[in-house]
Amino acid sequence: MTGLVQNAIDALALGSLYALTALGIGLIFGVMRLINFAHGDLIMIGGYALIVPSSAAAAVAFIGAWPAPAMVAAIVFIVMLFALACERLAFRPLRRANPSVLLITSFALSFFLEHLVVMIYGGRVKAVSIWPELLEVLPISGVRIPYLQIVTIGVTIGLLVLLVLFLKRTPMGIQMRAASEDFSTARLLGVRANRVIAVAFAISGLLAAVVSLLYVSQVGALTYSMGIPLVLFAFVATVVGGMGSLTGAVLGGFVVGIASVVLQVALPVAMRPDRDVFVYGLILLILLMRPSGLVKVKSIEEKV
Amino acid sequence: MAGPGQRDLILRLPVVGLRVFWTPIVLSLGMLVIVLAVWASGDTVLALAVTAALIRAVMVIGLYIFIGNSGVLAFGHATFMMVGAYGVAWLTLRPFNKSFALQLPEFLAAHQYPMLPSAIAAALLAAIVAFVVGIPIMRLSGIAAAIATLAVLGMFKTFYSNWSEWTLGAATMPGIPIYVDMWIALAWVVVALFAAYIYQRSKYGLALRASREDEFAARAAGINIPRQRLVAFVLSAFFMGIGGVLEAHYLGTIAVKNFWLTITFILLAMLIVGGQRSLTGALVGVVVISTLIEILNSLEAGMNVGIAVLSVPIGAQELTIAGLMIIILVFRPDGIMGGREVPWPFGKVGRIVRDPGAVEAEHDPLRRGVAQRDGAP
Repeated sequence: MTGLVQNAIDALALGSLYALTALGIGLIFGVMRLINFAHGDLIMIGGYALIVPSSAAAAVAFIGAWPAPAMVAAIVFIVMLFALACERLAFRPLRRANPSVLLITSFALSFFLEHLVVMIYGGRVKAVSIWPELLEVLPISGVRIPYLQIVTIGVTIGLLVLLVLFLKRTPMGIQMRAASEDFSTARLLGVRANRVIAVAFAISGLLAAVVSLLYVSQVGALTYSMGIPLVLFAFVATVVGGMGSLTGAVLGGFVVGIASVVLQVALPVAMRPDRDVFVYGLILLILLMRPSGLVKVKSIEEKV
Repeated sequence: MAGPGQRDLILRLPVVGLRVFWTPIVLSLGMLVIVLAVWASGDTVLALAVTAALIRAVMVIGLYIFIGNSGVLAFGHATFMMVGAYGVAWLTLRPFNKSFALQLPEFLAAHQYPMLPSAIAAALLAAIVAFVVGIPIMRLSGIAAAIATLAVLGMFKTFYSNWSEWTLGAATMPGIPIYVDMWIALAWVVVALFAAYIYQRSKYGLALRASREDEFAARAAGINIPRQRLVAFVLSAFFMGIGGVLEAHYLGTIAVKNFWLTITFILLAMLIVGGQRSLTGALVGVVVISTLIEILNSLEAGMNVGIAVLSVPIGAQELTIAGLMIIILVFRPDGIMGGREVPWPFGKVGRIVRDPGAVEAEHDPLRRGVAQRDGAP
C-alpha cells in the first residue's frame, strides 16, 4: 500500500513537470502552429540565470542566493524576456511559413541558445543548489516523499487553475482561444495577432521558468543540454495527448509521467535501463491506434 | 538494318545520356576536382578534413533522398547511421577485439569479414530498420511525422546505449579497421549522387515529388503516398547507413553519443542552407558548411593573422552555423540553390522529360514560380 502511494506521488510529480513543459509548447502551437524545440532551452536558461556568468568550474550563486520571492520573480522575468526575444527575432519573420519550417527554425534556435550558454558558461556540468530543505523527506512513516514532490504537484495544480481562469474569463484569454481555433477569422474580428502571440510566448516563458526552478531544485546540476530530455518527453506528451489541445497536452504529460514510473516498477530489472525506449515508443503506439491523439482537435485537420 | 531515324537516335544517345545525367556528372566532377587539388597539394591535414566532409556529403545526400523528395521533415536519420556503424563494427572488428568485450554470436565473434560486403550488409541492416519503423510513421504527415522520427531516434539511442553485450553501452567502441581515405569517400559520394538522381527521376521519385507539391492532388491522381514515402525512406536509410559505416572506418571508433542531436543538426543545417529541394542544393550545403566549420575550427584553435592571433571561444562554431541556418530560413527558405539543379548549358537535346509538378503548375498561375525553381531538365 505504501509502495503504491509512493509510486503514485512519484508519477504525479514527474507527470507535473512534463505537463507544464507540454503546456508551454502546446500554447504556442495553438496560436502559430509552431512546435518549439527551443522551449527546453528556455528551461535551461532559467537554470543558468541562477549563477554568476563565468566559465569557471565552480558555480557561484547569483540570483540563486536571493530570497525566494525575488529569485522566482527574477527568473520568471529573465526567461519571459528570452521567450519574447525568440518570438520577435526568429519566429515573427516566419509567421507565414509552414509548420515544418517553423519546427526546423526552432531546432536551429535551440542549438543557438545552447551554444550561447557554452560560450559564456563553458560546457562543463555545474552544481547548483536552491532550496535544499525541499529535498528533505516528509515525516510520514513508511513512504519516502520529499517536500519537493508535493510542491511540484501543488504548483502545477495552481498554475493549471490560473491558466484555465485566464483562458475562460479574461478578454485576452478568450482572444487566444479564438486565435487557436481559426487565426485568420479571429484577426478579421479584431484580435491583434502580434499581441496574442506575444502573450502566448510570455506565458510559455513563465511555465518554462517554473519548470526550470522545480527541475533544478530536484537535480541540483546544470548542463547546457539539460532541457533536451524534458522537451523530448513533452513532445511525446503533446502528440500522445493530441496536437493543438491544451487539455491533451496536460493529459499527455501525466500519461508520460505515469508510464515512466509504471515501467520503472513493472519492467524486469535487466530491462529497466531501456525504460525510455518504451516511453518514446508510446508515440508510435498511439499514432498507430489513434493518429490524432487522445484529445482530437477539429481545427488542426488540414483543409483542402 | 537501322532506319535513318534509329541511326540518328544511336548517334545522339551519348549526348542524351550526358543531358539526362548532367547534374550528377557535374557534381561528381566538382568533387573530383576538389579531391585532386587537395591530393596534389600533399596537405595531409586538409585531406583528412576533406574526407570527413565527403562522408558528411554521403549522409546529407541520404537525408536529401527522403526530406528533399517528400518534403517531410525527419529528425531520426542519425539512427540509421548508428545502425550502419555498429553493424559494420560487428562484421569487421578483428575476432581478438570482439572477444575482448563483446558477446556476439559465433558467426560474428569468430570471423572478420571483407570490408566492402560488410559495408553493404551494414547499410542494408539500416535500410531494414527503416522499413520496419517506416511502416507506421510514413502514414503521418507534417510535424507529426517529424516528431515520430525524433521518437525513433530517442528509442534507438536509449536501446543501443544499454545494449552492452553488442555495443559496449555508452562506452566508445575502439579498434575498427581504418581504411577510408579521400578516394573511397569520393567513390561513395559519386554512387550516392547517381543513386539519388536516378531515384528522383524514376517514377517513384516523381510520384513522391508530386505529393510534396500537393498532397491532395497527388492522392487524387492515385499516388499511394505512404508507400512512396517508404521507398524514399528505405533508400535514404541505406545511404545514411553507408555514411555511418564510412565514419566508423574513418575514425576507427564509434560511440552512441555521436549519433544524437548534434550530428542531426549539422546534417540538417547543410541540407537547409544548400537548399533541400534539389540534389545540387544538398551538395552545395555540404561544401559551404564544411568550409565554414574548417575556418571556425582554425579560429577556435587561434589563427595567426599577420600581427595578431584571432581566436573565438568554444561553442562559436555551432552558434555561427545555427545563426546562419536561421538567417537562411528567414530570408531564403529554399536555400542557396532554391531548388535548382545544375543547368544544362548547350540548348535542346532529345526529348525533354518533365517533372509532373512542372506540368501541373503550368495550368496554375500561382504555382508557376515554384515549378520553374524546381528546374527539372
